[in-house]
Order: sequence, then structure tokens, then C-alpha cells
Amino acid sequence: MKPAPFRYERAHDLQHALELLAEHGDDALPLAGGQSLLPMLNLRLVRPAVVVDLNRIEGLGDIRTAASGGLAIGARVRHRLLATDPAVRAHAPLLAQAAPWIAHPAIRHRGTFGGSLALADPAAEWPACVLALEGTLVLASRARGERRVAAADFFRGLYDCDREPDELLVGCEVPARAADSRSAFAEVARRHGDYAAVGLAIVARGMPGRGAHVRVALLGAGDTPCVARAAATVLAEGGDIEAAARALVAEIEPRGDLWYSAQAKRHLAAHLLRDTWRTVRDA
Amino acid sequence: MSEPAAPEVAARAAAIGEALPRGDAARLAAGAGRFVDDAAPEHALHAAFLRSPVAHARIRRLDLGPARSMPGVVAVFDGEALAAHCRPMCGVLGHLAGMKAAPQWPLARDRVRHVGEPVVLVLARRRAQAEDAAQAIEFEWEPLPVLAEPEAALAPGVAPLHEALGDNTMFEATVATPGVESAFAGAGAVVERRWETARVTAVALEPRGIVAQWDRHEGRLRVRMGTQVPWMMQAVLADVLGIEWDRVSVVAADTGGSFGSKIHGYADEAAVAVAARLCGHPVRFIADRLESFVSDVHARGHRATVRAAVHADGRLAAFAVDDLCAAGPWSVHPRGSVNESRHVLGLTGACYSVPEYQARIRVAMTNLGLYGQYRGVGHPLACLFTETAVDSLARRLQVDPLAWRLDNLLDDAGPWPRRAPAGATFERLSLRASLRECARLMDYPALREDQRRWRESGDPWRLRGIGLACFVENSNHSSANYGRGGAAIASDDGALVRLTQGGGVACAVGLTDTGQGTRTALAQIAADAVGVPVAAIQMTVGDTDHTPVSGGNWGSRGIGIAGEALWRAGCLLRSRLLEAAGALFGREAAALDLRAGAVVDSSGAALCTLAELARAIYLRPDRFPAGVLPEPAASAHFAQRDLDGVYTNGASASRVEVDLRTGQVRLLGHWIVDDCGTVINPLLADEQLRGAAVQGIGQALFEGCLYGSQGELRNATLADYLVPMAVEMPDIVVGHVGSPTGTSRLGAKGVAEAGVTGAIAAVVNAIDDALAPLGVEMDVLPVTPERILRAAGVLDAEAGSLPGRVRSRQNADDAR
Repeated sequence: MKPAPFRYERAHDLQHALELLAEHGDDALPLAGGQSLLPMLNLRLVRPAVVVDLNRIEGLGDIRTAASGGLAIGARVRHRLLATDPAVRAHAPLLAQAAPWIAHPAIRHRGTFGGSLALADPAAEWPACVLALEGTLVLASRARGERRVAAADFFRGLYDCDREPDELLVGCEVPARAADSRSAFAEVARRHGDYAAVGLAIVARGMPGRGAHVRVALLGAGDTPCVARAAATVLAEGGDIEAAARALVAEIEPRGDLWYSAQAKRHLAAHLLRDTWRTVRDA
Repeated sequence: MSEPAAPEVAARAAAIGEALPRGDAARLAAGAGRFVDDAAPEHALHAAFLRSPVAHARIRRLDLGPARSMPGVVAVFDGEALAAHCRPMCGVLGHLAGMKAAPQWPLARDRVRHVGEPVVLVLARRRAQAEDAAQAIEFEWEPLPVLAEPEAALAPGVAPLHEALGDNTMFEATVATPGVESAFAGAGAVVERRWETARVTAVALEPRGIVAQWDRHEGRLRVRMGTQVPWMMQAVLADVLGIEWDRVSVVAADTGGSFGSKIHGYADEAAVAVAARLCGHPVRFIADRLESFVSDVHARGHRATVRAAVHADGRLAAFAVDDLCAAGPWSVHPRGSVNESRHVLGLTGACYSVPEYQARIRVAMTNLGLYGQYRGVGHPLACLFTETAVDSLARRLQVDPLAWRLDNLLDDAGPWPRRAPAGATFERLSLRASLRECARLMDYPALREDQRRWRESGDPWRLRGIGLACFVENSNHSSANYGRGGAAIASDDGALVRLTQGGGVACAVGLTDTGQGTRTALAQIAADAVGVPVAAIQMTVGDTDHTPVSGGNWGSRGIGIAGEALWRAGCLLRSRLLEAAGALFGREAAALDLRAGAVVDSSGAALCTLAELARAIYLRPDRFPAGVLPEPAASAHFAQRDLDGVYTNGASASRVEVDLRTGQVRLLGHWIVDDCGTVINPLLADEQLRGAAVQGIGQALFEGCLYGSQGELRNATLADYLVPMAVEMPDIVVGHVGSPTGTSRLGAKGVAEAGVTGAIAAVVNAIDDALAPLGVEMDVLPVTPERILRAAGVLDAEAGSLPGRVRSRQNADDAR
């Protein structure tokens, strides 16, 4: 279980990283926390010619206030920081709620926010969270400079996202939190820290039935992280939670995996909706 | 001492019975372990294998050329290249009538018969280079029909996996008492359970590994392995190489877990040994986790139907089991792949007074991976089949499962020994005492009361259940299992003890320490036998050059057999040292004793320390009377020959909460009461029981090798094969009931496997008990959330509503 030969390049700043990606394109893979990439290399599931190490690039690991008033989260922010950072707790509490569900402490100390988003694993927590928060992905390339993509447009398929081979995901912005915004996150996994069978993030503001806004996003419920619009609409309009659960079960298209059928995943998604709705409704 | 002990031991116990921490724990925790890979010389070549990606195929073309020219590659061998220089292995036990197996070569020839079967061995300077080269080999094959199901393998007219064997039956056997059919026909009630249990595998922290070097000056193969059985591997590897047994040295130093996965002659390890001899370089092979999943033995994959019958008055009338096991294409050498089934045949229902009995076992050769022994071997299955049927009976009869067991278990009072219907002989069991103690530890009445209240007024989505399981577990084996069948597996263990120059005691025992604390427990035995502090003991284990012959660690035999030899050798050394002291001081040796490292007289006054005696013996022989030459060393051997094995017994219990919203099982508590006779070290014994229980819980809820229809293993990574993890585990309460065996002076029976034996059944019974209001029982392992949701009817129910009889209660709640 050793990787196929590859060249290791340590990017000393962002410009250097973008030059390396421009030069090698499809043959290069960026390395951040390595919690997915290193196993994939060792399993020879990926065989890049060049690995571009992002760990020495200054600024990529910061969380700042964005011009829009929201949060600008650097791509190399470790999962652990999102669980503990006061600004995240204040402005995007959903991320702090979701962080502890990611794997185990050792992985949370190494793995990164941007790495998880760019890998576009439909079973990962962050893609569903940025969908629920209506975040914006920020990409950069030498040829085209900065490009911004709404989370809703970013995730295109299984491990497939709107990132060109010469682009680097440099961060993600989430909008400023409304004063009455509530959020919750929950998932079901066989063992603590495993990839979830299904997970669900919910963000709500306003009174149901009186112009409320509800966003529901799921992980493990399809080939991409997905937004449950019908279920969210039922809840926003003050509908019954069971009506929302039925809408959810009808609108998602999960695939069965080694341990759960699609039918069981639908059942679990409905359970998670009830569970998290109770939290945000009562908050 | 408060722990159980044989009288002779109790009289001398100072270290025995003490909860001493492992002497090597600090070293291992500090990273100073000497595992197989640490033992490889810097210049050792790395081995990597091209393994079959398909379960059954004819090898059409194998082009090694591209691999030979890769960077760092020193040698590349295919099956034919090695076959010219070695002999095959064959896992047949001669005393099992009708057992069949084919010769297994180190590398595949002509055909591959399971995914992961080694096909080509590459030796290179670095492991990455060896892997690169293995990938460059051009391998073309012609697919053959895959037998992934045991029923299909045994169907009439199916082509045999090995033509010479005629069919795919590896072994079959039946037993039946004359009245069994009429007992079922005339029964007051009959219950039936069908079981399909997933294959599991041991997943030792340190994978299998071997460092092999041919010493051309001595004409000797030197091997460093993480093995449980150095002496068996000496014979296995020597036979493969076609040299005398004494020409192979095997050393097992620190080993990171084994659990039965490291007691087999593996083809890849044999290939490394042959290649090391051919190429003249030391060769190292450490299986990585991916190849471990497809090349280590798997175990416990059975399909069985078990029936139990009671008389009209509720007493047990009969048990019957029909068991089918899917082994791999090879019977693992030299133990064979059929012992699980033999235990199912021998021990189903055996805890109970069973007047009539019937069993059939069949073992099929299939294109699934290798199949062999795993902690507990067939005992946990016999226990699962029996104890789930017993709980079904109790539900049918509407009696408490604890009360029913206490009425029907074999009576502790005897008469002993007693023979089970299929032939196992029990020296003495304490089944009822163990179950009573278990019920006391868990406060069974209080838990039942909690359950009753919970069913009335608790969360109706979360169901609570309690499960019990009684078990017997063989240990301290005689040669009945293997030696009699022709396998080179010692049943006789020796111990060498000698006084060191500094007054300590150096011991050599052929067991291994694979993480369970063997060295520490042996040191406690030696310390008390001689009469010195544990700190005075030096212990050498796991080394065919420096220890007496040993059967090694398997079948819960280590302490019971080798520990007994050590006890005898230590007592003999003590008497020799006292004779020396008597001669030195002009006293009667019989009036002296050795205590805490000093020679004392009958008043307890010290004559000298052992260090002073050692100086006298080694440096001042002139001080001894003429004609007296002390013998400051002793050897003793022990083989248990009174019985095929000395059965231990015990009881396990589990308390669970089943969440019908998610199908998840939360473990609220687990209890084990075990009778291992003399307890040498309660800390080590308890942790053995706990660790084994966790493996049982793992098989009940998480673990399972998932095979596809083409014999491919679909979850061969630790992300997808779910081992039990600490967070999910409950507290495990351990208790002991002591009946030391009369077959030895030490009185110790095995303890290593007992924890797993009852755990699976206890957890399953607890889940069934929780789901009892729904009228469903589990029938597949592992019990996954999906299976629970399906069995409970939740997935088919209207979204958000409770199924069946649980719902009626919720409605009542809502109405209130």
C-alpha cells in the first residue's frame, strides 16, 4: 500500500501554487490536510504526477470577516478550528455544530475545510453545510484570476465539482447570519466518526407560515450533497413536520451503500428532519 | 488471596492472584516494541505479491519481463519457479474420516481460486518498488465459474474446484441419538432458529509478517515472524523447504495481536521462505491492510438451522442442528478449515441436560477467501445457535429465560465427569453458579423491573432488552485435535528454569506473547513456584533456538499447559536450591523453604538470600561438603492427557436499547462471569475477557466480510469493514467462579476465548428481547440497523409511525 511515484512540490505562496497548477493541470493534485488524498494515493486510486503542498501558503488557514459582512473561511482552515473559533460560533454556528461529526479528533486537526469542499464527497459534512448556508466558493487561477461560484452550482456529481484543473479553491464565504437565524445538524453513522449513512443540515429564520425562510441540505443522500427544497417549503409555510418528511422522502434520490438501502436512507433522512426541526423550531 | 486457586498454588501464592500490570507495557507504549518489521536488517529485500483480482480463473499468460526490468527489482518468481524448489502444504487431518483437501503451493499454478491468492512474488529494494513491479506484470486469465455460495458448491454435478478431489465437500459428519426423531415428534413445543452468520476476520493491529534469511554457512533458515506457534511454523516451513525441522529457527518477539489469525501456514509466507533460500538475501514481507483482508483467514461464516424441543412440562427434550460452512478453496495447513464445524457438532446444546441430540455439519470448498481459526473457533457459534434457541423456547413457554436456564443447565453438583451427546467430556462445570453470579452482578431483577416500567412509560421508539448466554469453552487441549491427525502441533510444553549468577531466575518457555501478557503471567507462576519476587524473573519466550518445545498460544492453552510445566520446573528448582542450601548450612533441606528470594527455616528466619546462595554455588563450590555438586537448574514438561480438553464455562449478559428510528443498538451494559480455575493475574484475565467480549460484540453488530456474487470482497478496507470501537462499547463487568482443574497442579484453565464465546449470543438475545413486543427475532449476523428496521417493519410502516404492537401502546399514550 505505497503510492505510485509522484513529484512533490511545496508551494511557498499562492502565486507559486497557481503557477504549478497552471503548468501541470490535470497531472497535479493539491495537498492540504491529506486526510483523503494520502489514503487515495496509497490505495493508488489517484496517480498524480505532481502533488502540490499548500501547507506553507500564508493566509489560506485564516477565518476573516468578508466585505459582505459574512465570514471568509480560508481553504486550509482545519476542521478543528471551525468547531472552536468564536467568530464561527457567532456568525455561522451551523459549521460549529457540524464540525464534531467529522471523523475523529486526529483527523479534525489535520483535515481542511477547502479540501473537503474540493473533493466533493457527497458523504462529507462541509458540502452540505455550505449548501444550507448558501455559501460562495472562491477559486483562483493564474490565467483567469479569481472566480466565485455559488455553492448551489459548485457540486456537480460524485467527487466532481466546478473546479478547473488549473484552479485552486482558496476559500468559501458564508453570508452574514440573520439575528433570528437558527440552525441544527445531525447525522446517522454506524460508529462514531464514520462517514454517515445520511446527514442533514437545517437553517431557518422567521416564523413558519409568516415569511419564514428554511434551508435543508443533506449529505449521503445522492451523488452530490443536495438541497431539499420541497421539504423546506412545507416547513417555511408552516406545514406539518410529517408532511415535510413525506416531501423529503419523495424528493431525495439516495443510493444504497454497503450497509443501507436507499429505502433505509430515506427513512433516516425523515428521522433527521424531525429531529433537527424540533431543535430549530423550539430555538 | 481472593482469586480462585488450586490448593498447592494457594499455599504458595504471593504473586499468583495479584493484578500485576504487564511488565512490558511501558516499553511497548514508549514505542520500543520489536515487531516483525523492526527485526528486518536494513538491507533486507521487500516482498510484494501480485494477487489474483478474480475468484476463479485459469492462468492463461503471465509475463514477468516488464517487472524484472523495473527499478530496484532483484527477483521475480511465479508459481512454477518456486514449485521446483519446495513442497506443497495440505490441510488435512488424518483422524477426520473423509476430510479432503488439495495440495497448496506457495504461489498459484495453472489456476487461481480466490481473490487475493498469491500469484507472483516480487523482491525489490523498497516496498514501493516491489509494488510498482507487481503492477507491471502482465497477467491474462480465462474466467471460470465462481462458487461464492456453499449450497452452489455442493450442488450435484458442479465442477470440483480441485478435480482430483471429486467434489467440493471438504468435510461432513453427523451424529444422532436413537430417540431424537421421536423426541421432536412427541414434544410439547419445538422452536426453530435459522442463522446466517457473516464471515469475520481478526484484524490484528500488526498485520502478518515474516523476515526470512537463509544462513548458508549453517544450512539453516532463520525466521522472525509474528506467530502464535513458533514450533509449528518450524515444522511447516521446514516441510515446505524439504529440510529437517531442526534446520529452521523461528523467533516470535513482540507481536501486535493474533487472535488465531497467526497459527496457519500461509502460502505467501511460505513463498517468502523459499525465495529467501533461493536468492540468498534476507527478505521481509509485511502484509498491508488491503492484502490482510483478502489473505488472512476468515471465520464464522455459517448457515445453520437449529431446533430445540421441550416436553409438555417445559423440560428440555432434544436439540438438533444442521450446519453448512463456506470454507475457502484450500484447507489451511496444518489445522484445516473444519474445526469450527466440529465444535458446532460437538457443543450445540451441550450446556444443558439434552436427552436426545442430532447434528449434521458440512464444510464446502468455495471461491471465497481462506478460512480458519479465529478466537473461540466454533464455540461462539455453538453458543449462538443454542442460546438463541433457548430464548425462543423461553418466549414460547412464557417463562423467564434466567429461571428456565437455571432449571435446565447441567447441574454443578454432577455427577462429573460427564459426556455431552456428541462426545465432549466435561471434567467439571459451574454453569449454574456462573449464571447466578452473573445475575447478581447485573442485578437481574432490577433490570427486568426497569424494562417493565420502560415498556409501560418509556419512549416507545427505544426498546430495551436483556440477553443471557451460557457457554462452555474448550482449553488445555490434548493431542486429540491436531497431533492425532498428523499435524506438527505440540501438545507437550516444556519449561527451563535456572538460577542466574545474580540470584535471579531465568526461565525459557516456548509460548509467545502476542499482546495478552503471557510473559507477565508466566513470571508470576515462576516467582511463586521458586519463591522469589516477580522482579527476580527473567522470561524468554517464543524462540525455537532458546526455549523448549511448545504448542504455542491457541485454544486457550498457554497458561494451562506451559504454565503448568513452568510451575513444575519452578518447584523442582526450588527443591534443588533448598538441597544446596541445606548442604551449605548443614540443615535438613525438608525443613527449609524459599520465600521472597530468601532461604528460610521453619521458624521463618532467613539463612541466606538467593543471591548469596548463587554466589556460593557458582563462585565458591569449595564451601559445599565433599560429594555435593548443586544442580541450580531444572526442566519440566507437561501434556494434558486425561481429557481431549479441559472445558471452562461461564455466563455472559448484555443489556441494549434498540432505537427504531435509526435501527441503532446502544449497548447499555455487558457482564461476563467465567470459570478459568486458578486465576494467575486477575487484571490480565479480566482484560482478556473484556477484549474477547468486544470482538464478540463486533461480530454481533458491526463486522462482516461482504462478498459479491463473483467472490469479490466488497469491504476490504478499515473504512468499510467495521471493527468495534471504544466509543460504542459498554462498560464490561467481569466476575469469576473458580473450579481449578484436577488435571494439573496449577489448576489453571484457559481464559483467552471465553469472553467472545457468550458475547454474540448475549447481544443477539438482548436485541430479540427488546423486539419481543414486535414478535420478531434476528437471523443474520451482523445485526445491522437496516436489518432491525426491516424486521421491525419500520421501513414498511407509514413514515413516522410505529409498527404493529408498539404502535398500539403509543396510541394509548397519545389518548392519555
